[in-house]
Amino acid sequence: MKSLILNNITKTFDKGAIVAVDDVSFSVNEGELFGLIGPDGAGKTTIFRILSTLLLADKGEAVVAGYDVKKDYRSIRNIIGYMPGRFSLYQDLTVHENLTFFAMLFGTSIEDNYELIKDIYDQIKPFSNRRAGKLSGGMKQKLALSCALIHKPKILFLDEPTTGVDVVSRHEFWEILKRLKSQGITIFVSTAYMDEAMKCERIALIQKGKILSINTPEKIIESYPVKLFGAKADDIYSLLKDLREFEQVERCYPFGEWLHVTMKDSNADGINLIKDYALSENHKQVEVKIIEPNIEDSFIRLMNDQQT
Amino acid sequence: MDNAKDEHSEKLINKFKASTYFSISEKQISYVRIEQEFKKGNIKAAIIFPAQFSSDLTTSKKAQIQVLTDGTEPNVAKMLLQYITSITQDYQQVLNSAIPPAMVIIPEISMLYNEEGNGSINFVPGVMALILMIVCTALTSVAVVREKELGTMEALLVSPFKPIMVLVAKAVPYLVLSLINLNFILILAVFVMNVPMQGNIFLFFFLSMLFISTSLSMGLLISNATDSQQVALLLSMVGMLLPTLIFSGFIFPLENMPMFFQWFAYIVPARWYYTGVKSIMLKGLDISYIWKEITALSVMTIIFLSIAIKKFKIRLS
Repeated sequence: MKSLILNNITKTFDKGAIVAVDDVSFSVNEGELFGLIGPDGAGKTTIFRILSTLLLADKGEAVVAGYDVKKDYRSIRNIIGYMPGRFSLYQDLTVHENLTFFAMLFGTSIEDNYELIKDIYDQIKPFSNRRAGKLSGGMKQKLALSCALIHKPKILFLDEPTTGVDVVSRHEFWEILKRLKSQGITIFVSTAYMDEAMKCERIALIQKGKILSINTPEKIIESYPVKLFGAKADDIYSLLKDLREFEQVERCYPFGEWLHVTMKDSNADGINLIKDYALSENHKQVEVKIIEPNIEDSFIRLMNDQQT
Repeated sequence: MDNAKDEHSEKLINKFKASTYFSISEKQISYVRIEQEFKKGNIKAAIIFPAQFSSDLTTSKKAQIQVLTDGTEPNVAKMLLQYITSITQDYQQVLNSAIPPAMVIIPEISMLYNEEGNGSINFVPGVMALILMIVCTALTSVAVVREKELGTMEALLVSPFKPIMVLVAKAVPYLVLSLINLNFILILAVFVMNVPMQGNIFLFFFLSMLFISTSLSMGLLISNATDSQQVALLLSMVGMLLPTLIFSGFIFPLENMPMFFQWFAYIVPARWYYTGVKSIMLKGLDISYIWKEITALSVMTIIFLSIAIKKFKIRLS
């Protein structure tokens, strides 16, 4: 059973001048934690709005829990929980008032579904009389999640829930999502953080409105086609410039304290080639090793492949 | 009303007729009819000649005419009185050049419904319309659009609510606020400004509620049709307040306007409310006299509200 199905969805703005979503098709299984991963402006929010019936696609069709997003938008609005990327609760209402309001909106009460939000709400309960506008970023997102959950949705749409949230809160947030998933809720989440992609069951990489790849994060990393080398030296910036000049190097980009390098000839002995070249360019303390690609390497590679 | 039907009254009436300022509707009219026509607003002034007008004038060299004007519009009334007085004086001079010694015609003036020519009684209904318009239209016009701006509409839309409920929920607080306002204005008007409350107070409140509903639905319409608070406020201020000031007739008499603007005034809600309130408060008229105002406001409310509901966007953008 599929929770979400998208078929050739295309959405343009400004009368076709800007293509936000370009012929996107994918589906999400029931009870899955599915991630939509891509940089800012990739079209993630547009896909979320189409699925949550807030925007109409120009072309293609989408089905949410068996309902068509265009025809049956009322039914969909009853059964999904949507947390927009922009903080969309009432800033001048308190935490508790916001929650009560959204519970009433769906014809339920906080008590009825307290079980579901207990974990999250307990963390913001000490501030239940504080105005929502005065909460910190992480607490705001927890409150927004509580409000999106208050009516026991079948599918949860979370548009960049952790943007602007500190590392600890982000970690907590993903723990909460895992627990919600274990209760059978389908979760469709978007993020620009690559490390969060690993926490999803399946991910779709999106760039400029186009889906680059859909798979489990592990499979996407496994499918990395070439060897990846890490290199560093005392002057990492000039090493970057020099390696980009080196005709055997396919790509070179900084990643943390290392430079990630791929070779044009995938069978080449990268370690020695890079090392010799670096030394010939008078670099000191040169270190080169084979490294495991991560999801970000995969994404960058897929992104560059699409562009060329 | 010509009770004299003699030489001089005939001549004076012809003089009024000849001037471009007056159109004489009927020469013979009963006192009761005068009262009725004033209430309906068909006549602005009545001149009554006594039976012995000419003989008074020739024998005692002194005659009187009674001039009645509609005091609910003091500006118009005062203007009319000036014209009548000057025409009478003109006639007097013509007479005196022919038959010395001097003969005098004294106009006996009274302004109906407003004997003292109290300006505030004209002003208060206008200010009422203005204040209710500001509270209802201007405040309501930002109500829905604010949700769009703050982004709360995005979360609100993804829920099972019905558009009509949002509009009702947005309108109710302002309805209460306006009613409180209305009470204050009424108390101030009656006890401080000495504006009479001749008519049925329930009718007055009914008409006011109707006008408030019209303004609210107009505000909601603006709110649904615009995308930012600035535009909404500008529209309600410029688009609604100015017409209320200019075309309701409380500052500038509508009768003096070009035909086009007179027609335009028919679509300004405040105009209907203004005349309705004046009829109730100052003339003490009952519902049979203001059914036109009630119908006009009801029709406007229904039109505005249905467009507002239709314009309510169930999706973003």
